Order: sequence, then C-alpha cells, then structure tokens
Amino acid sequence: MFFPQLVARNAFRHKLRTLLTVAGIVVAIVAFGLLRTVVDAWYAGANASSSTRLVTRNAVSLVFPMPTTYAQKIRQVDGVKGVSWANWFGGVYVTERNFFAQFAIDPATYLPMYPEFLLADDERRAFLADRAGAIVGRKLADEYGWKVGDTIPLRGTIFPGTWSFTLRGIFDGAEASTDESAMFFHWSYLNETVRQRFPRRADQIGVFVAEIHDPSRAAEISAAIDATFANSLAETLTETEKAFQLGFIAMTEAILLVIQAVSFVVIVIIMAVMANTMAMTARERNAEYATLKALGFPGAFVAGLIVAESLAIALGGGLLGIALTIPAAAAFAGAVGTLFPVFVVSGATMLLQLGAALAVGAVAAVAPAWRASRVRIVDGLRAVA
Amino acid sequence: MAIPLSYVVRNLAARRVTTLLTAGGMALVVYVFATVLMLAAGLEATLVATGHPDNVVVIRRSSQTEVQSGVERGQAGVVESLRDIAVGPDGSRLVSKEPVVLINLPKRGTGKPSNVTIRGVTPAGIELRPQVRLAEGRMFRPGTAEVVAGRAAAEGFRGAGVGETLRFASRDWTVVGIVDAGRTGFDSEIWGDAEQMLQAFRRGAYSSMIFRLADPARFEAVKREIEADPRLTLEAKRETRFYADQSETLARFIGILGTSISAIFSIGAIIGAMITMYASVASRTAEIGTLRALGFPRRAILVAFLIEALALGLAGGALGLAAASFMQAFTISTTNFQTFAELAFSFTLTPQIAAASLAFALAMGFAGGFLPAVRAARLSIVDALRAA
Repeated sequence: MFFPQLVARNAFRHKLRTLLTVAGIVVAIVAFGLLRTVVDAWYAGANASSSTRLVTRNAVSLVFPMPTTYAQKIRQVDGVKGVSWANWFGGVYVTERNFFAQFAIDPATYLPMYPEFLLADDERRAFLADRAGAIVGRKLADEYGWKVGDTIPLRGTIFPGTWSFTLRGIFDGAEASTDESAMFFHWSYLNETVRQRFPRRADQIGVFVAEIHDPSRAAEISAAIDATFANSLAETLTETEKAFQLGFIAMTEAILLVIQAVSFVVIVIIMAVMANTMAMTARERNAEYATLKALGFPGAFVAGLIVAESLAIALGGGLLGIALTIPAAAAFAGAVGTLFPVFVVSGATMLLQLGAALAVGAVAAVAPAWRASRVRIVDGLRAVA
Repeated sequence: MAIPLSYVVRNLAARRVTTLLTAGGMALVVYVFATVLMLAAGLEATLVATGHPDNVVVIRRSSQTEVQSGVERGQAGVVESLRDIAVGPDGSRLVSKEPVVLINLPKRGTGKPSNVTIRGVTPAGIELRPQVRLAEGRMFRPGTAEVVAGRAAAEGFRGAGVGETLRFASRDWTVVGIVDAGRTGFDSEIWGDAEQMLQAFRRGAYSSMIFRLADPARFEAVKREIEADPRLTLEAKRETRFYADQSETLARFIGILGTSISAIFSIGAIIGAMITMYASVASRTAEIGTLRALGFPRRAILVAFLIEALALGLAGGALGLAAASFMQAFTISTTNFQTFAELAFSFTLTPQIAAASLAFALAMGFAGGFLPAVRAARLSIVDALRAA
C-alpha cells in the first residue's frame, strides 16, 4: 500500500496546481470529444446509408435532371427490386438562415424503401391521401414548433414561387444515426405545378433510388444501369448510397481535415501544459528523490512515482472530461439546431478521449522521470542546502 | 520605484524549459486563432475582389445563385435594351448573357469528383471583368469547343491544364489557355463560348446577366426598373453584394468554428500560464521577501510579475503569429455550401489580424498572471524571508 499512498500524497501536495492541471485536461478532453463528434456528424449520412440502395444521377452533375422514363428502364435491369425517385427542392422557410433538406418524392415507392423513417399508420395514410401534404422529421418539427395539420410555406429557389404544404405526419428515426431533419412531399404535386408554369422543366428527376436484392452485386448492377443509358442525352452515374453520400463529404474535405487537425492540436497544447507541471513538480522534489535513493530505492522506483502521479492526474482529468462531454454535446446540438442532423458522442470517441488523456499523462512524465532516475544522490542532496 | 525590467527577463531565461513549454502552449492557441481569422479574411478578400462595384448581376428572383437561376431569352432582351447600360470603347454595349452550370470533375490529387463552375461568356463578359487576365496560352475562339480555365481550376482538376481536353455535355472541350483571375472566384471557374455552352447543355435559357452601369449612381433606379417590370421575374444586385451574399454561410461557419475553438483553447493556455506563474512565485518567495525588505512596494512586485506574464504571452503570441504567417503560402479549396461549387481561397494576413493575435496573447498572459501576481504582492515580508 506504500506506493499508491505516496503517489496520492504527492499528487495533492500542491492542491491548486493539481486542480488547475486537471481543469486544463478536462477542457482539452471535452474540446477533443466535441470536435471528433463534429467530424462524426459529418459522416453520419454516409454511415446511416443502406447497402441495398443504389443512387442514380446525371453523369454531368447533380444540377442536371433525367427524364421520368428512366424509372421503367432501371426497373428492368436484372437484380433491381424496386425504383423510386426524389428531387431536391431547395426551398427557403421564412429566411435563408432556416436551412433544411426538402425532397419531392414518390411516397408510394419511396417510403417502403426507407424503413428507417418510422411513421404512424394513420399519418402515413393521411400523407398518401393528400397531394399537397408533407412529412417532416421529429427534430425539424421540434425546432420550428410544427404540429400535424400546420401549413408550411416555402419560397422556391429552384422552382420559383411560394409553395404551401400541409403537415400530415412527423416521422422518427429507427436509429440514432437516422436523419430526422428532412422534409418530404409529393413529387407529383411539384411536377404538375411545374408543368403549368414552366412546361420545359416538367417530368424531370434529380436522382433515382434503386433497391437491390443482393448487396454483393451492387457494382455489377450499377454498371448495368449506367450501360442502359450510355450515349443518351442524359448519361447516368450510379453508385451505392454510401458512395453517393461520401461524394458530398469529399467536397468539404478541406474543412474536415482542418477540424481533425485542430482536434489534435488541443491535445498537444494540453501536453505542453501538463509536461510543464510535471517538470516543475519533479524539479522541486529533487532533494526528496535523492533521499529516497540514499535510502536504497532504485532509480526505477523514483521514475515510477513520477509516471504514476502524472498518469493519475491525467486519468482523473480525462474521466471527468468524458463525463462532461455528453452534456456539452447535448448543449452544442441544441445550439446548432438542424445544421447537424445527427449529433451523438460515439463509443469510439470516448475511447479516443481516454487514450488521449493517458498519452498526455505518459508523455508529460517522460522527461522528468528520466531525469529523476538519473539524478546523482550527492547532487540531489546538495540542492537542499 | 519600479523593479528593473532585466530582473523579469532573467527570471524567464533562468527557467528556460518551463518558459518554452508555457509559451509554446500559448503559441499554438495564437496560431489557431490567427489561422482562422486569416482564412475568413482570405474568403472575404476573394469574394469582394470577384465583384466590380459598377457591375450589376441579374438573376431570377429569389434564386440566390446563378446555377439555380434562369433568364429566358425574351427577358434577357428586355434587360439588354435598358438605357443605363454602359458602352464600351468599340461602341458595343457592355452586357453579357451567361449560362452557368456545375459539372463534376475528378480532382488532380485524389481523383475524387468535385463540382466546378462552367461559365459561358461573351466578349463583353470578358471586358466586364478586367481582373481576369490571360496567363498562359490564348483565349478561346467564339463558336468553337475551346475553353479557358482559371488558375485554381487548372491546378485543381484533372484535364483542365493547357492542351488537355475535358469531356462534358457529350463533347470534348480543348483547354487552350489559363486565365489568372487574381484572388477572385473566377479563378475556380472554366469559361467557354456562351452560345456553344447553351447548345451543348441543351438549355433554352441563360442563367444570369451581367452589365456595367453607365452611371454607377443610378443603381437603385435601374434595380427598381427591372424589378417593377411585369414582364420580368428577375432581381438585380450589385456584383460586389452578390458575391458577398454567396459566401455568407461559409464565412459564418468559419467564424463560429474559429472563435469557439480559440475560446476553448485559450482556457487551456491560461491555465498553463497560471500554473507557471504560481510556481514562479512559490520558488521565489525568499527573493520577493528580500525585494520587499529592500523597500520595493507591493505595487512594484505586482507589476513585475504581471510584466513577466505579459512577456510570456507576447513570446507565445509572436511565435504563434510567425508560424501562422507561413500559412499564407497555402491555398485552400473547398465547396461553398451555398453554390455547391468549388472555391479556392488563401490565408490572408492583415495588420488587423496580427494586432488582434498579439492582443489575444497578451490577454491570455494577463489572465494567467494576474492571480499569481496578486499572491506575490500580498506576501508579508517576515513570512517570505522565513521561507528561505
């Protein structure tokens, strides 16, 4: 019991200094955890995607549509179970600041393909029956205080004019990673209005979603779909839903890299602070270490004392930091609203936080421990005088 | 009577490792702080420079970006006949009707696709943007499948260099020149002949119109005229305003991210400074007692330790700023959330940012040094001397 007791006594000798160091580690670990969670949230869409869904878009870019007739041809491709489609609407709710995703879909085929959107049966029937109806995710409904039956006006940026939708249902996500901040409404409603106002732009689709029986044939089926439309006016590019989502993430990769780099910088900063604390502590106790050695304790014992103290302080700060990350993440998610549809601290993040705290403790102890184990008894004792 | 400055400096020098570690921690914080400010300044500089104050952009009402906009040929004719459009040196009117589309091209380094803006321009359109100069090769010839690429686009995307060909809209386009658009958004675009682009992309409508005002002061009147005309469903914006609006979300995102990260990091650095300064006070208790016994007042002790902390902050600030200034050599290229198009911009260090970074470092030093300095000043002479 002698060793742990000595470590504990040493750690709390300078209460203020230990407290400050722990506070610094807590701040760093919380910041590290939040930044990792931001990166995770970015990838949430890709991680939530299903491996049995393929997304077909115009090969030129997402801005270019495809004709509705493609749905029939995709359905005929071997291995395809069902086809649905969606158009990005890009409407503005009241002001530009209220950004959220809106899709015009074909509910009869789209909703069965996305079982992760949980919708009550009566709400589903009401949505299917009302051509000007819409459904939204729980998070979005909470943010703007919408209730079933409310009218939601959107100002179109791609499709000009003001569009009104009646909220017919609010869906929940089956998993924590499901996006609950999207809005869906009838593609046929959009298309009929567009046909009246801008006949040239009617009967056009942004993306097709194809459900397949066997995920292992995804590459082959994608190639078969694209081959169907080769050399046509609108050539297509088909990829798995995950690859499609990752394509979006890759576009903002520079920002993600910065966030990831910054999350490690905060650990390096706290390493400098902690290394400083341990260096000072060890320097002040040089005489004690010399005394221990004079009593016959080996250099390794002295080094072990310093390492154990450093690890104990870092671990304390780390555990406290991990515990505080969860409420901090909840507060952050509340502040940014629907910017990140999914914002949950993952188990992997917590493990990384723990690892980072231990690394800080270990690195901070290296130099002082090495110096203390090498200190000559005579020099150490002389320092007392 | 003040304590000489050399005493303060020597104290920092005497404990080199501690000083270096503490200043290093602060330097990292200042580095992050300055880098983010430089990024925001670079983005702003890019988009402000993209617009010309006398140019007016006309897009479909509430479409926000050129890609989402559409200007029918009939409407374009109405705008084209406005009286307030300036006349160029050769007698032609300075107005350009332009199709703008996004296409997916693989990036050079990673091969991952990203969106690049393709703009169809007319001779007047090139004249309207004097900041765009030919850097390499030649301009595209009207009526051909030739294009020129902005410097950032040529460096960033596969097939966009001089002599290479790009395939889009089921045609091959030869890149015949590189244009240097300075640090503007046009540097990330690819330009070709407007009519060729309309045909290739099978578009019946232009995306936007741009014209030079004959009298810049008449902007409000022209805007009213366009927006009140029942034949037009368009809106007019000054070009500078138009580009500033487009980067609003990205600039705000960078700003919020940067300030919150700097705030969190500075807490860590302040704690580091506090630990150092408390230790500095503790190890010099006897010295402080001696100084007081020699007749230095409490205020002098307080000031000496505060100066020590401020010097620590300044050293960290200078170190961090020096590291951040090297970032000016890099260009960052990312997708603008609002236009979904790739935009290249660089880190820009302005005198204001340098001043703000140093002030931030000094503030961290002050915050970390104040409490320890107060403790040092409040030591009683007898107790302090006894500690020796």
